[in-house]
Amino acid sequence: MPNCDLSILIIDENRIRASIIEDGLREGGHTRVAVIHDVNEVARTIQSEAPDVIVIDLENPKRDTLEHFFSLSRAIQRPIAMFVDRSDGAMIEKAVEAGVSAYVVDGLKKERVKPILDMAISRFNAFARLTRELEQVRGELEDRKIIDQAKAILMKTRGMSEADAYALLRSTAMNQNRRMVDIAQSLITAATLLGPS
Amino acid sequence: MSTTQITAGFLPLLDSILLVLAREKGFAEDEGLGLTLVRETSWANIRDRAALGHFDIAQMLAPMPLATSLGLTPLAMPMIAPVVLGLGNNAVTVSDALWRAMADQGAPDDLDPTLTGAALAKAVQASPRKLRFGVVHQTSSHNYELRYWLASSGIVPDRDIEIVVLPPPLLPDALGAGGIDGYCVGEPWNSIGVATKGGHIATAKALIWRSSPDKVVGMRETWAADHPDLVAAIIRAVYRAGLWCAEPDNRSEAAAIMAGAAYLNASSEIVGRALTGTLDIGGVLRQVPDYYIPHASAANFPWKSHALWYYSQMVRWGEVPARTENAAVAAACFRPDLYRSALAPLGVAVPDDDYKIDGLRGKPGKIVTGNGSLMMGADLFFDGQIFDPSALDSYIASQTARG
Repeated sequence: MPNCDLSILIIDENRIRASIIEDGLREGGHTRVAVIHDVNEVARTIQSEAPDVIVIDLENPKRDTLEHFFSLSRAIQRPIAMFVDRSDGAMIEKAVEAGVSAYVVDGLKKERVKPILDMAISRFNAFARLTRELEQVRGELEDRKIIDQAKAILMKTRGMSEADAYALLRSTAMNQNRRMVDIAQSLITAATLLGPS
Repeated sequence: MSTTQITAGFLPLLDSILLVLAREKGFAEDEGLGLTLVRETSWANIRDRAALGHFDIAQMLAPMPLATSLGLTPLAMPMIAPVVLGLGNNAVTVSDALWRAMADQGAPDDLDPTLTGAALAKAVQASPRKLRFGVVHQTSSHNYELRYWLASSGIVPDRDIEIVVLPPPLLPDALGAGGIDGYCVGEPWNSIGVATKGGHIATAKALIWRSSPDKVVGMRETWAADHPDLVAAIIRAVYRAGLWCAEPDNRSEAAAIMAGAAYLNASSEIVGRALTGTLDIGGVLRQVPDYYIPHASAANFPWKSHALWYYSQMVRWGEVPARTENAAVAAACFRPDLYRSALAPLGVAVPDDDYKIDGLRGKPGKIVTGNGSLMMGADLFFDGQIFDPSALDSYIASQTARG
């Protein structure tokens, strides 16, 4: 594996995402992978690890700090360029869409770095998807609680069975072309306003 | 009128105010622009996302279009600035400990850059360790102004002190934690450093170089060429926002809008300080003339000479070689021609020249233009130097000689 001698540094304040990328690189055969979460340590780490490739998340407000550090490094013969190749617009676009930026020591061959950045992009996207799904599940749980509460109100005030209460909520939602959770929420609000304090 | 959607990147700084007002007060809408503002976390993201077309336009540091056009940045690309977002708005804040050391060396608490600079030079000499100052970006007006002030005060940047880069909202914290001894940044981050971290404002951009540009609206040159009507609409929307913002009666409303969670997320009292020019510099209130000029003094006009001044500083500090073609690239980034043609339908007075000499005007005075006249504020450099863009080479040579 010709790539494995490359030293890679990952800078990401999100520890979970950083470890997902690290795992991916190690699975890909890279052994020299370092991770830092605090960009303040970057100077020390760059000196000790001498990375060939640096991957950083775009949310990190200290990207400016990092770039400045690199421009100083340029003076001491460690030229660093952003992304794999400035001319590869599609790659840069993909990376920025995913929220990741990479810095590469000038002179490294494009084909050696591209798989690393490709991997980082797909891991960033996978992480974003996971986060979205998690939020969705949380939202669904929250919705279910609201619907249960509305059912309980109907069962209590109108003496309905649970199945009938559910059916009423559902048919009302369908008739009004609204989401069931919105109908349930309106019912709860109305009950709070009208009901005994 | 049909609406065209435009996306603009900005950083949480007071001088994003003209873009914010263009949206919030409907000036953009009046021009047929649906303006979406995206708050970013770093200048690098602003620059890269503008270069990639994620942002059509963006609030940018005045030297930033020059840096991208000159190829100093990773994603090199020709960028232009057809309208300026105001003059001034920066200051230099130092830690309480450094301020006491400077005061012991005779620094007055009136922001005078000559006296506070001389006191800082003595404090730097007396310090057992190298002092460290923060700026917001390498190719920022802040970096060049701070260096200008230090160099004219007898301090050699990089040799006598260290300059590091941190994003604006992190500077007060870094000062409070002792990571840096001072910083140069736009408002409200000086006032916040004073209010929350015991910092002291030592001097201000408005005193180092009167009526100097700080932020611009930047965009890709090709995008501007493809969308001349949109560019003109943006210039007019920013111009009108500036006109509204400059009205003293509108200050408190402007401060309240900027203080909102989507923009600065800070108290409107602190946000408002820069708009009135009355700053709490550390237990003392000072009225700073022309502290931030959103509109007066042709503040939105992109003087090519101002682009050349920033270029002269890039050469001075070794970022770009002094070459005639580089100077031409720098001057081409500021586009007074687009500004003039956009405002022509409004019949307002706009400077006839693309270049001006800075450092001669000690008091406000009129300039006559083809369709009226304009009041221009003082434009002195604190060290008495004169920047004549037609004598660029000798200006650069004299500064390089001074170190």
